[in-house]
Amino acid sequence: MTSAPVLALRGVSKRFGAVQALTDVDLEVHSGEVVALVGDNGAGKSTLVKTIAGVHPIDEGVIEWEGKPVNIHRPQDAQHLGVATVYQDLALCDNLDVVSNLFLGRELLRRGVLDEVAMEQKALELLQTLSIRIPSVRIPVASLSGGQRQVVAIARALVGDPKVVILDEPTAALGVEQTAQVLDLVERLRERDLGVILISHNMADVRAVASTVSVLRLGKNNGSFPVQETSQETIIAAITGATDNAVTRRQARTTEASK
Amino acid sequence: MSNGTDLNTPAVPVTDPRLLVREEGFKGYLTEFKRKMRGGELGSLPVVVGLIIIWVVFGVQNKTFLTAANFETIAYYMVGIGTLGIGLVFVLLLGEIDLSVGSVSGLSAAIFAVLSVTHGMNIWLAGLLTLLTGVGIGALQGWIFAKIGVPAFVVTLAGFLGWQGLMLWLLGNTGTINLADTGFIHILGGSSFFLGGDVAGGYLLAALAVAAMLGGSLLEQNRRRKAGVPYRPTSEIALRSGLLAVAAFLAAYVLNQHAGVPNALVLFLVCLVIADFVLRRTSYGRKVFAVGGSIEAARRAGINVAMIRISVFAICGGFAALGGLVIAAQITSANQAGSDPINLMLAIAAAVIGGTSLFGGRGTVWSALLGVLVIQSIKTGLDLLGLANSVEYMITGGVLLAAVIIDSVARRTQKSAGRA
Repeated sequence: MTSAPVLALRGVSKRFGAVQALTDVDLEVHSGEVVALVGDNGAGKSTLVKTIAGVHPIDEGVIEWEGKPVNIHRPQDAQHLGVATVYQDLALCDNLDVVSNLFLGRELLRRGVLDEVAMEQKALELLQTLSIRIPSVRIPVASLSGGQRQVVAIARALVGDPKVVILDEPTAALGVEQTAQVLDLVERLRERDLGVILISHNMADVRAVASTVSVLRLGKNNGSFPVQETSQETIIAAITGATDNAVTRRQARTTEASK
Repeated sequence: MSNGTDLNTPAVPVTDPRLLVREEGFKGYLTEFKRKMRGGELGSLPVVVGLIIIWVVFGVQNKTFLTAANFETIAYYMVGIGTLGIGLVFVLLLGEIDLSVGSVSGLSAAIFAVLSVTHGMNIWLAGLLTLLTGVGIGALQGWIFAKIGVPAFVVTLAGFLGWQGLMLWLLGNTGTINLADTGFIHILGGSSFFLGGDVAGGYLLAALAVAAMLGGSLLEQNRRRKAGVPYRPTSEIALRSGLLAVAAFLAAYVLNQHAGVPNALVLFLVCLVIADFVLRRTSYGRKVFAVGGSIEAARRAGINVAMIRISVFAICGGFAALGGLVIAAQITSANQAGSDPINLMLAIAAAVIGGTSLFGGRGTVWSALLGVLVIQSIKTGLDLLGLANSVEYMITGGVLLAAVIIDSVARRTQKSAGRA
């Protein structure tokens, strides 16, 4: 990790009216690295992701892409740079088949006409390199299970050859087997030398695939830890605000009461 | 990469064992068909069955129904409503509705009559201006819907009344302007047939259709085979082309028994082929389906949802204007009955009966053809039986309701079968 990070946020702030959603946040993602972004509800994870994805332009601070400062004002800007975002609600068209969904908005054309054969071929190739198992690429997405839809949504993000992939709670609604499949997929993204930002509430998932955990608390950085050398308690303490929270207060109260 | 070239070889190495893989050949086609029926993917089957029942019932009631002359009448008079139906299919694919098509078609006939007869404008120029007016009206309604956010059915309901009012104002006191039987008005009229009504005309069209389908399917099969992706087995292509051949040559034979293929019908078929091509083979069509399936997904994929909506309503307006010209040519005049609300109801009924879903994202333009065949058969049959308008309205209303119920039930079945 000696090279410049592919994506870096330096002192990013974002306000919504009277709410200071992000204050002076730093974040770095290198190629071939999975950074987990954790924090409680309302910590600013989604806002941070949306600033990177171009949904909410930042108010202050700098976003650096491969070492150079860039402006991201619209979702298209982020897409052009090579940032792909998989949102929690997937956003697939149920009535279209897998191939159509994968190439939606960037269809391959041949003499001005949809090139279904090339799209199907590329889709199969992509799904195979990611070892994604779905029944057929020509069935409507409606017939897929939750886990299958999730991997299709992730595969969809990869069609544009991105350098950074942002996954917003990819395992939130999945079963045991499907979660494992998605985690496998995240590892394969890392092997393909992509930078991955993984938002998750699930510490087990985070520990399984991430190399760095970046904690947000109340819109501010609250530590960045290498996963291997950090205990779960330390991370949870950073998420909840170790010394001042309901748990420690209650512990203090109960120990006092028992005296 | 080395993925399987055989249909049965799973595309991805290890397939889900629960997956229903289609067996090879004709038998696999049959089992697939049965499974689709149970899953609520009825396609055009109910309407084909319904059509046969309707023909049998009317044929028993009245000996003249099953004659070449009567089928000629059906084939000719269905074109007007059918053209309105093509435009409606586009709007229905978005999951929206356009209630103004009947009024726009009436208004178009009036505009054309005023331009060509009252002002003596060149008939082709007047026709072009009329079509552009229809497109403009559709775009305006689409803009109010997409940009201002008024629900489409309210915008077009206002249009339904407003454009009818404009038509009445244009037609003036007499309420009727007679058209000269020249130019494309003659071509769209009842006495103009493909290749002058020559027997070869009908068979030529049928042969063209079958050759196009067979050739296209074989070419695609070849490309897919070379690319190593699953392709249709030859038996299925043969079956599909065979069915089309039977239908097309039978239709050509019946129409040839009387006077030939009306040019208006040829125009309708050409419109269908073009519209089908646009919807299924271009990225624009893909975007229309995407917006009909999920607006949010379409937006995030970078599709300009507002532009798609506006353009689809503009297309619908254009087909409404074309339909209006066809209806005017049938009676060689523009009159106050031009925007009869029954035309709107019949056009919606045609699109829905043919199998285009009211819920958006599902359907083909061929449903306009199938649906209007049903509608026009009922209309002609009831006319032959000498039943009053009152009965005709009630029966047509009942058929529309039945089609919508089938659509809703099919959608529910599809949902439980994981297909919607």
